[in-house]
Amino acid sequence: MSNISEGTAPDTGGRALAWTPSGLEIQRRAIRRKQNQRNTLIAIISSVLVLGTLAIVMVSSPGWKSLTDTFFAWAYGFEILPKVILGFSTNIGLTIIAATCVSIFGMILALTRTSRSPALAPFRILATIYVDVFRGVPMLLIILLVGFGLPALRLPWLTKNVLVLGTVAVIITYSAYVAEVLRSGILTVHPSQRAAARSLGLTNGQTLRRVVLPQALRRVTPPLLNDLVSLIKDTGLVSILGVTDAVRAAQISSSRSFNYTPYVMAAILFLLITVPLTRFTDRTMRKAIERQNAQGLA
Amino acid sequence: MSTTDVMPVLKIENLRKSFGNDVVLQDISIDVPVHTATVFIGSSGSGKSTLLRCINLLDAIDDGVIKLDGQDISDPRVNSDEVRRKLGMVFQSFNLFPHMSVIENITLAPIHVQKIGKEEATQSAQLLLERFGLLDKANTYPDRLSGGQQQRVAIIRSLALKPRLLLLDEVTSALDPVLVNEVLSTVRDLKHEGMTMVIATHEMGFAKQVADEVCFLYQGRIVEFGPPERVLENPLDPRTQDFLKRVHEAGRL
Ligand SMILES: Nc1ncnc2c1ncn2[C@@H]1O[C@H](COP(=O)(O)OP(=O)(O)OP(=O)(O)O)[C@@H](O)[C@H]1O
Ligand SMILES: [Mg+2]
Repeated sequence: MSNISEGTAPDTGGRALAWTPSGLEIQRRAIRRKQNQRNTLIAIISSVLVLGTLAIVMVSSPGWKSLTDTFFAWAYGFEILPKVILGFSTNIGLTIIAATCVSIFGMILALTRTSRSPALAPFRILATIYVDVFRGVPMLLIILLVGFGLPALRLPWLTKNVLVLGTVAVIITYSAYVAEVLRSGILTVHPSQRAAARSLGLTNGQTLRRVVLPQALRRVTPPLLNDLVSLIKDTGLVSILGVTDAVRAAQISSSRSFNYTPYVMAAILFLLITVPLTRFTDRTMRKAIERQNAQGLA
Repeated sequence: MSTTDVMPVLKIENLRKSFGNDVVLQDISIDVPVHTATVFIGSSGSGKSTLLRCINLLDAIDDGVIKLDGQDISDPRVNSDEVRRKLGMVFQSFNLFPHMSVIENITLAPIHVQKIGKEEATQSAQLLLERFGLLDKANTYPDRLSGGQQQRVAIIRSLALKPRLLLLDEVTSALDPVLVNEVLSTVRDLKHEGMTMVIATHEMGFAKQVADEVCFLYQGRIVEFGPPERVLENPLDPRTQDFLKRVHEAGRL
């Protein structure tokens, strides 16, 4: 080893030598820098041109004044904002309760449908029918059926609270969606993973819990978070039952003033939650991938 | 001398297995005494993997008997989870769990099947990793390992349960020639330590070194068996001769 290195390169004991880029590389870097600067400039000019033109056309169009008056009357908007926020807290509460119940019920449905146990055969059929029905019907219909239909039965033990009934309707529908997402995740885990786990002596349940579900959930996290965003939005539908959520609160204000700004305020409240949540989804996914790949360097 | 000294670890009598109308294994009878290695050779599709899956109760057999330490494990009333605890199986395609680190892969079964404490399981897993020169990879995820390292981890994972019998299904066929050696020397070490094994392989040189008995499978039947020197160097059956000739030719190309 020392014989070879003597005449050629100093022995660095495996460490990298201090390195200065060659003239060619320095030239290339300058060119790349210039290219980047030009690209940025083009992007800025094009954005200013397009967005500026759009703004000018909008503002100078004849309807602009009445548009801002009807939809973006900010002073009025802030006046009724507390009412809309109060209503929005109902949407948030409903989302939290519904998401919790949906996770549990959806998981039960998915596990039932993917199980092979003979004892569960009738439940498999029931779960399949359930998912088919509630995934195939507009949620608004379910909300109307549960919210107005069930009380019409006049069952003494049944609540007449529209908020509770609305929440139940949302849970019924979303459990069907989430069950299908979870089931597809479970099915994508390769059978060889089960075979490996079973041959280590793990029981069926242990295999599911330790090997299949962790991999399945990882894969379906993005679609599940998408469903969560949809769920938040769809809680607005229970307003049809008379629940005073953000939508209903906005509707009440709007019908008094014949101005639509309350709706816009409600929309902004929804966006304040859903947009960060969407970004968060992207980030958690990226981080999870990075973590698994970086562990090898630790 | 007690009976357990002479009783083979694994005894198969007249095993038959079919998929639909396709008979994949028939008239399979073997004895695997303790501390010995039985190696199955045969062309692709001859039924090697299926036989190992039947022994591990991953596939149900159509007829015959499989006995592990004298217990009939082909009886449908046996608890297959309990049987599998005594068997280690390593697959052609490794099948490590991608969401767990190397150490988690190895300690999964000791912790949740044998109910050994996490610390103790981790310690003995580290000892195993050290013995096979993989201790520095303990916290790495399988995706970050070379194929040879993954397969060695898979072998260690099945050793962690201290199996009575180890089933190895073409543990080198997914590896390039350089990596094959590190895995094969691992198996040779196990053999020297007295592990009882049933092995399916395409590596004739390896079969010669490690086998106490070689069985040649042809279309689901054992057409020739015996000590490796005899079967691999002076095969009697024309089908074995033909197979070995083709293996040789392929090796030369
Ligand atoms: N689940 C299955 N369903 C139907 N046929 C199967 C199944 N598994 C294996 N077979 C068939 O059984 C036969 C034996 O397959 P097996 O995998 O045991 O062969 P092998 O000797 O391990 O081959 P290789 O050397 O390529 O791994 C093949 O003809 C295969 O098509
Ligand atoms: Mg095979």
